Amino acid sequence: MKKEKIKTSPSRKIFQVFNYLLMLGITLICIYPFWYIVIYTFSEGSLVDVNPPVLLPRGFSLANYKDIFELNGFFHSLFISVMRTVIGTVLSVLCCSFLGYLFTKEEMPCRKILYRFLIMTMYINGGMISTYIVIKSYGLLNNFWVYILPMLISAYNIVLIKTYVEQLPQSLEESARLDGAGYLTVFVKIILPLSKPIIATIAVFVAVGHWNSWFDNHIYTRGDENLMTLQYLLYNYLNEAQRLADQIKNASANMAGISDMMSSISPKGVRMTITVLASLPIFLVYPFMQKYFVKGIMVGAVKG
Amino acid sequence: MAKALAVKHKPKKNYRLLLMVFPFMLIVLLFNYVPIFGWIYSVYDYIPGVPLFECDFLGLDYFKLIFTDANVLRTLKNTAIFAVINIVLTPLPMLFAIMLNEIKNGAARKFIQTFTTLPNFISWVIIFSLAFGLFSTDGMLTQAMVNLGITDEAKSVLSSKESVYWFQTFLAQWKTLGWNAIIYLAAIAGIDQEQYEAAKVDGAGYFRCAIHVTLPAMLETYVVLFILNVGNFLNTGYEQYMLFKNSVTAPNIEVLDLYVYRIGLENMDYSYGVAISIIKSVVSIALVVFANLVAKKIRGNTVI
Repeated sequence: MKKEKIKTSPSRKIFQVFNYLLMLGITLICIYPFWYIVIYTFSEGSLVDVNPPVLLPRGFSLANYKDIFELNGFFHSLFISVMRTVIGTVLSVLCCSFLGYLFTKEEMPCRKILYRFLIMTMYINGGMISTYIVIKSYGLLNNFWVYILPMLISAYNIVLIKTYVEQLPQSLEESARLDGAGYLTVFVKIILPLSKPIIATIAVFVAVGHWNSWFDNHIYTRGDENLMTLQYLLYNYLNEAQRLADQIKNASANMAGISDMMSSISPKGVRMTITVLASLPIFLVYPFMQKYFVKGIMVGAVKG
Repeated sequence: MAKALAVKHKPKKNYRLLLMVFPFMLIVLLFNYVPIFGWIYSVYDYIPGVPLFECDFLGLDYFKLIFTDANVLRTLKNTAIFAVINIVLTPLPMLFAIMLNEIKNGAARKFIQTFTTLPNFISWVIIFSLAFGLFSTDGMLTQAMVNLGITDEAKSVLSSKESVYWFQTFLAQWKTLGWNAIIYLAAIAGIDQEQYEAAKVDGAGYFRCAIHVTLPAMLETYVVLFILNVGNFLNTGYEQYMLFKNSVTAPNIEVLDLYVYRIGLENMDYSYGVAISIIKSVVSIALVVFANLVAKKIRGNTVI
């Protein structure tokens, strides 16, 4: 049916203008902080220290980025972040999809009980402290695998995959089974290729979770600098800066100590540059993955 | 034919499947269930390094302590304040979705949606860094306020005890508003266009269409999400609050989860930390189950 134009009343026009302004305003508030740190990092350090940039960089300098590349530990923490994201995502997606597939098999003994056992983990957990004690007793403190193993099996993702596999046509799998293919072969050759959309969706979420996480680094692997992730490196710099701000606020008495700290602390530019580099992967990946992100919330909602 | 075969095979259990599932279930057991057994620490005076059964048995002493601990009361109050604010603000994403839906220019709409959703995938560490860049004493916005004569001296909102509640709420909304709106946008997209046509025939303008057609279509989603929010009352999380906590904001920003972290992992008082988190878990499971039951009544199926 042709869209019947409703008479555009003046109040409607005012609303439209107001609505556009409001929406663009909200969008600007969402973008501006990122824009600010980008222009800050490209500014001349001496110019922005006292007078921060507003819309465009003050002067132009790549000194911050040069500093970062010479910064101790930057590349190593980047490497650790990339490793945990790649290994963690690949393993988790493989395990969850394989398990999701196995749980569609009615010939599995005790299937219902095992599945409930898994689903229960969405509702109850031991809490932060007992999980810490347990992980410590497994000897996983200061161990790279503490990033991977606790997040390996996600009940929620398994539910999504199981539901997806259940609505795939059965005939392909059955004919393969009749030809003597085992579960693993069927999974690799048939189920994985057919489940690409849901697997991509889950992979994106798992990867973002790994890239963004810092708290496990903080409680489990603080003791080993070699395991520091990029997010945690940033956290440490920020913490330093915050402590300094705290001390300036609290004690103007011990000025000497503070200026000591001032000189030992990383310059603001370094912090900002790490922030830019740590958010860069999300910005790069996001436009291509947006449909998966949106799909992610929809499957979740439909499955519910 | 294939189907008949499948039905015939159904009762025959395949124990190889059990073998294949076993390693994954072991991981679930080790990382999700063993920590629950760790709750036993709460009835002992556990000292790290000493075998548990050589520690003093305290019975419910730690649980009694909870009810007399002023810090529990204070952090519980903070948790409740954040939770109530969150619940009051649940209509925001819905409103945002309705307003965004009124943007008829496809490119503008896509642009707004992309950039308002993006912050959801940015880690809290990075958000803290962005906030630090803009709002710290020498941050851009703080300086701008001074330069424009709005405030006399550079006072950072990050170290203001009074601003904690609204500022943290603002940040949380900044991160999640666009993302939370997606589900409502989908609900709007699912509305039968004929309903609008019918309303227009009846003489309804844009505004009345929004009130009488768009809004009711989203109400069910809204009610379900609202109830779930109530169910998650105590689960405010800790990442955001931990990052923005400093000596000034601490009294107002410390939520229950964060207090558990401080008791257990900073003061190393494992047993008391576990005791608090047990009480918290029990109450929040009860709340979630209750919320789920109510949502089930409304929607006809479970939500989680």
